[in-house]
Amino acid sequence: MNYLYEDLQSIHAKLVAGDLSATQLVTETLAEIEKKEPQVDAFLTIDEAGAQAAAAQVDAKPIATDNLLAGMPIGIKDNLLTDGVTTTAASKMLANFKPVFDATVVEKLKAKDAIMIGKNNLDEFAMGSSTETSAFKKTKNPWNLDKVPGGSSGGSAAAVAAGEVVASLGTDTGGSIRQPAAFNGIVGIKPTYGRVSRWGAIAFASSLDQVGVFSRTVADNATVLQAISGHDEKDSTSADIPVPDFRAALDGNIKGMKIAVAKEYMAEGVAPGVKAQIETAIDTLRSLGATVDEVSLPNSKYAVQIYYIIASSEASSNLSRFDGIRYGYRSPEAKTLEDVYVKSRSEGFGHEVKRRIMLGTFALSSGFYDAYFKKAGQVRTLVIRDFEKVFADYDLVVGPTTPTTAFDLGRKVTDPVTMYMNDILTIPANMAGLPAMSVPAGLVDGLPVGLQIIGKAFDEEAVYRVGYAFEQATGFSKNVPSFKGGKA
Amino acid sequence: MIDKTQVQHVAELSKLAFSDAELEQLTEQLADIMKMTDELNKVDTTGVPVTTHVNNLQNIVREDVAQAGTDRDILMKNAPDSADGLLKVPAIMDKEEA
Repeated sequence: MNYLYEDLQSIHAKLVAGDLSATQLVTETLAEIEKKEPQVDAFLTIDEAGAQAAAAQVDAKPIATDNLLAGMPIGIKDNLLTDGVTTTAASKMLANFKPVFDATVVEKLKAKDAIMIGKNNLDEFAMGSSTETSAFKKTKNPWNLDKVPGGSSGGSAAAVAAGEVVASLGTDTGGSIRQPAAFNGIVGIKPTYGRVSRWGAIAFASSLDQVGVFSRTVADNATVLQAISGHDEKDSTSADIPVPDFRAALDGNIKGMKIAVAKEYMAEGVAPGVKAQIETAIDTLRSLGATVDEVSLPNSKYAVQIYYIIASSEASSNLSRFDGIRYGYRSPEAKTLEDVYVKSRSEGFGHEVKRRIMLGTFALSSGFYDAYFKKAGQVRTLVIRDFEKVFADYDLVVGPTTPTTAFDLGRKVTDPVTMYMNDILTIPANMAGLPAMSVPAGLVDGLPVGLQIIGKAFDEEAVYRVGYAFEQATGFSKNVPSFKGGKA
Repeated sequence: MIDKTQVQHVAELSKLAFSDAELEQLTEQLADIMKMTDELNKVDTTGVPVTTHVNNLQNIVREDVAQAGTDRDILMKNAPDSADGLLKVPAIMDKEEA
């Protein structure tokens, strides 16, 4: 099954009509993955046996006509726990870790009869913007195999962009869904903080992390998010509020909607080609009947600075659990208990993870806490206030998802500060916990550009409404990648 | 400005060990990152509260009723070393001290 020319609705119709069984669908999906993986490297693990067993169960009963997810193979980022299937967070630390339960999002997908087909590559512990910090492999961008797929959910994004799966799950702490969605020319949403349970998501920065969805179309995205949303008593930060019917918002009508463009998001750091595509996108939104005005989010320019202090501080605490004692890597060289801690951590974690643990530990350490962690938390409040002010008058904020299109593999790994600046347009939504989505906004020199749509807390409907109207008006989601470049 | 001695101290707090060359490189990179974050000092935050979380939740508690957990034998499957249902680690003290 080549998913470049299918969506949930079209495959579902074949399943309901009996032209295709879930077992056939899984077999065809595995064949497609096998064909494309040598070029793309989007998966760390393929659960062939598990997927076929699940498909047999789906085939044992009629396909429910109102369940678009029945029998659908889905890719899962490898920092989301899957019962009995190795989950590594792309780290040597967890190379042999087999979870004994499913993440709530995985459990919810399985409850809808969706099929867990495999685990997608990512930056180690989701720390990175290119998926190059993975301890295991480098994922390539299907639009140009010499470019990065973005990160940290680069495998989840590339798998959908390559047509290996119809949808996948990722996580987004500072842009890790939206940036790879933009780089791969697909749809990616980070829902409101609290919309989706984080139970079973390997924690990076707990006040920022959210699980979200990649797909080729907005409608498919809304369907999958619907399935994984909702309160979970296992995650006390998940919101105990009703989940609306997201697909009901997909009627193409955005007349009278009030949209803001933050001038800081269109500043000189944004590449001219990207800026031009976004200006065209804004004209499209106007032509569809929305009003679009320029506003200011003045503190957004500090987003990267506060992010690296807050996210690294939270990470240094979260990753202290990896001590070589109860699970995960233990150094064979460890002779004493202190050795178990120090050698296991030093050998098990990669460079980027260690750098962030160091940065976070420093920012939290005695004598520096006020200057760094506290100061960052105060500026975070100002970033949130900027959004509150704009959302008093507007329904949405739009702009580019990323300052540039996908960059070359290997280009930025040696220079952390340049790499970090790549996230400047996506981080503010995490800081404020807002829902934000990237939708395809055309190509520059053959590489995709993403339009970012940021909504009010728990108003994913408005985000989807505008994303859908834009998608239908432009047809950019119909572009397919060329798989050019790469080693012969 | 962060120096190599401070970085070594932070490494000890982090339970991480680095070679001398790694420590040099890390000091340089952390100094660059700190230089970037020092821009925050330009922002006037007098009287601004600290945000540590975006959903203003209070503590959430459940009824104090025992619930079945995961079986110990299942959890132990991921343990690097174990014996008799217990996690095994190197001795904390050697025999002379004990």
